[in-house]
Amino acid sequence: MDKVMRMSSEKGVVIFSKSSCCLSYAVQVLFQDLGVSPKIHEIDKDPECREIEKALMRLGCSKPVPAVFIGGKLVGSTNEVMSMHLSSSLVPLVKPYLC
Amino acid sequence: MNTTSTHFVPQRRFETYEPLNQIGMWEESFKNNGGLYTPGSIIIPTNEKTDSLSEDTSHGAEGTPHKFDQEASTSRHPDKIQRRLAQNREAARKSRLRKKAYVQQLETSRLKLIHLEQELDRARQQGFYVGNGVESSALGFSDNMSSGIVAFEMEYGHWVEEQNRQICELRTVLHGHVSDIELRSLVENAMKHYFQLFRMKSTAAKIDVFYVMSGMWKTSAERFFLWIGGFRPSELLKVLLPHFDPLTDQQLLDVCNLKQSCQQAEDALSQGMEKLQHTLAESVAAGRLGEGSYTPQMTCAMERLEALVSFVNQVRKKA
Repeated sequence: MDKVMRMSSEKGVVIFSKSSCCLSYAVQVLFQDLGVSPKIHEIDKDPECREIEKALMRLGCSKPVPAVFIGGKLVGSTNEVMSMHLSSSLVPLVKPYLC
Repeated sequence: MNTTSTHFVPQRRFETYEPLNQIGMWEESFKNNGGLYTPGSIIIPTNEKTDSLSEDTSHGAEGTPHKFDQEASTSRHPDKIQRRLAQNREAARKSRLRKKAYVQQLETSRLKLIHLEQELDRARQQGFYVGNGVESSALGFSDNMSSGIVAFEMEYGHWVEEQNRQICELRTVLHGHVSDIELRSLVENAMKHYFQLFRMKSTAAKIDVFYVMSGMWKTSAERFFLWIGGFRPSELLKVLLPHFDPLTDQQLLDVCNLKQSCQQAEDALSQGMEKLQHTLAESVAAGRLGEGSYTPQMTCAMERLEALVSFVNQVRKKA
């Protein structure tokens, strides 16, 4: 859990994904389109993959990946990110982290 | 002798035995005479007996015409008579057997038909969709999975009817003048209706992802515009925008923003789809089919689609 919290604060926008997960990829692409370069953690490459997954689920995600943290706070999974984007609330959130 | 042979034969398979039987009959008639061929003495009694037999067995219809023949020419061509009679007997037997076989065939076909109809009904309830059948069987899905698909199709049919009704209602309302509140409630209902559709698609996607993705339940025209199980909401926006005038500047701005964000989201999802297809193809090539992994992803994609279209509808609401 601590590791997750630490990792999620490493950068403005942090995405936990898996190399096999295509929705994570979609989320990454979306952020790139917005002009943000998020920090991507591929947890399946991490030896502590299981713990990270459990921690993410405990934080409230129904599925562990993709998990998006903006400014150290959990935004959610694909659903939440897309909904926010469509309601135009995502862009102001990532504005401080634009490259 | 001859009569007994005629008795035996009906119980056996005729087609093969008949020629043998005929030969057998002739042989017996020869034997009876001890090798001497005296047709006259034999024919008459046997004829009478065979006549009665043929009458019994062929319901009299075939027996009577022969009597005339045989009485007229008994004295002159007894062997021809007997031959003709024998042939007639055989023909009668043949036709009886053919009739029997045909009737049996009909019976079995009828039973088969009833059985098939029952199966079809049962399968309909259980959800065996013929068009989807090849796919399902190819992938080895059980019947339980297809039942949801048929259920979905039926539900979709109802949904479309309800949708048409709502559209008509909206049309009539727009021609007249309705209060904003009523309009709003109508729009709310329409949106709820759409959410219902999304829920249906979601459940169906959980059951058979390919079915939903290929949009098999839609008309062929709709399928032309297919994108991840539905159409692109951004396209819908493009279509709707001209109809939305007069829009206030703010509304216009909102719509444009929505269009842009919609397109971005769609692009991201499309790329995700590409990656998914790519990885799937790779897994298939490598010989493993990670089915379990992508199905939940597809349901997520479906939910995504829901959210996308819901925001399109929110634009409608704002307008």
